[in-house]
Amino acid sequence: MSALLHNGPEAIASTPSAGGWSVRDLDPRVRILVVCAFAATVVNLNAFPILGTALGFSLVALFSARLPLGKTLKRVMMMDTFVVFMLFLLPFTMPGETAFTVFSFAASWEGIFEACRIALKANAIVMMVLALVGTMEAVTLGHALSRLRVPEILIHLMLFTIRYIEVLNDEQKRMRVAMKARGFRPSNNIHTYKTFGYLVGMLLVRALERSERILKAMKCRGFQGKLYLLDDMTCNARDYIFAGMMIAIIVVLLSWEYLNVPFV
Amino acid sequence: MHIVDGALSNEVVIAGGVLAVGGIALGLRKLDMEKIPVAGVLSATFFVASLISVPVPPTSVHLIMNGLAGIILGWAAFPALFVGLLLQSVFFGFGGLTVLGINTVNIALPAVVAFYLCRSGILTAAPKKAAIWGGIAGALAIALTTGVVAISLTLSGEKFYEAAKLVFLAHIPVMIIEGFVSAAAVYLIRKVKPELFDLHNTVSQGAD
Repeated sequence: MSALLHNGPEAIASTPSAGGWSVRDLDPRVRILVVCAFAATVVNLNAFPILGTALGFSLVALFSARLPLGKTLKRVMMMDTFVVFMLFLLPFTMPGETAFTVFSFAASWEGIFEACRIALKANAIVMMVLALVGTMEAVTLGHALSRLRVPEILIHLMLFTIRYIEVLNDEQKRMRVAMKARGFRPSNNIHTYKTFGYLVGMLLVRALERSERILKAMKCRGFQGKLYLLDDMTCNARDYIFAGMMIAIIVVLLSWEYLNVPFV
Repeated sequence: MHIVDGALSNEVVIAGGVLAVGGIALGLRKLDMEKIPVAGVLSATFFVASLISVPVPPTSVHLIMNGLAGIILGWAAFPALFVGLLLQSVFFGFGGLTVLGINTVNIALPAVVAFYLCRSGILTAAPKKAAIWGGIAGALAIALTTGVVAISLTLSGEKFYEAAKLVFLAHIPVMIIEGFVSAAAVYLIRKVKPELFDLHNTVSQGAD
């Protein structure tokens, strides 16, 4: 529904993928639960071979979701500057055996390993999330969360947000075109801050007015504070097999890490 | 300013999750169904605002606007900003899944603080003075956010202490930018549609 919240042109979860098996066909609820369990597992892994294996599973999921690989990897790389910053700093801030020195600052092996560990964990989880949940229609995510007993009012808030992100982004783009037509070019000065402030302010003013119209229109149609979710989600054999597979993967990863059971 | 998965200790992640659930629950109690469209549309607006980037050579920073969100939404900023973070992490891969709770607290708690400290100034003073309060709210919210990020990192391990300090210093320009942008936004809203700041009253009373 919203192009902003889409992962590529083929990310339409409701359309069964042509031929073959894809995670896109699975029950959204199962996908959400499985991703949460996987994420909780991965943050508790520490050994490199195990983290590598987890990343491997995420890559398999990514392929199975048929996400455009280049685009997704670019997205994964585009982590906040803050993270990258911290990863670069970590070798210098963590005490340990010196690996190399830059301008008399010593980088420790421990720091480098820790930074790599965090990067591996973060990437494994992000890829799994993008593959299993990111491929859903945003509205489907809302419905699935509602079926998982997330409070109704939060789901409603989420569905409204999803609905209007695209609308308001278009509005923002229109205003930017108007600003450009008047010769505005963003740079790092007070004028830019002021102009962006007016832009945000105007977006908010228009949003409020829009929401008043929305409420009136919805009341006209008998809105009583409830959106009816008309789909029903069912778990079939394939979903159970998939859930079982993922639980097996999680058990393998955890026992490998904590019980030292060698699987390879 | 998202923390990624894997950087924080389990204790911090769980504490963040609990705090976030508390904040979201409090925020949701202030929203009845009549107010959901307003809250949803405003939450979408703040999502869109976070896509606007200001060029700061050699890179650029995107707006966060959590101070402004706090002033307008009050406690409802918690669920509104949570929804934005959830969508970002799931569809953009920004931030993580296990750290969703702590990231929500880091962004939304400063918003609520800005609400309590700056709202009366914004509501009652003349537009120009209100703009100054808006600027304070915008800058303060970012300062607090970096502060809480630094605290959650340091609590997870001493090794992050230096990094956390640098994160704070590196965000001083962001504080200044957010301050100016919020000030201008508050000024415009006070001139054009001051009811926007009064939303919280009507929201908490649950009546039109």
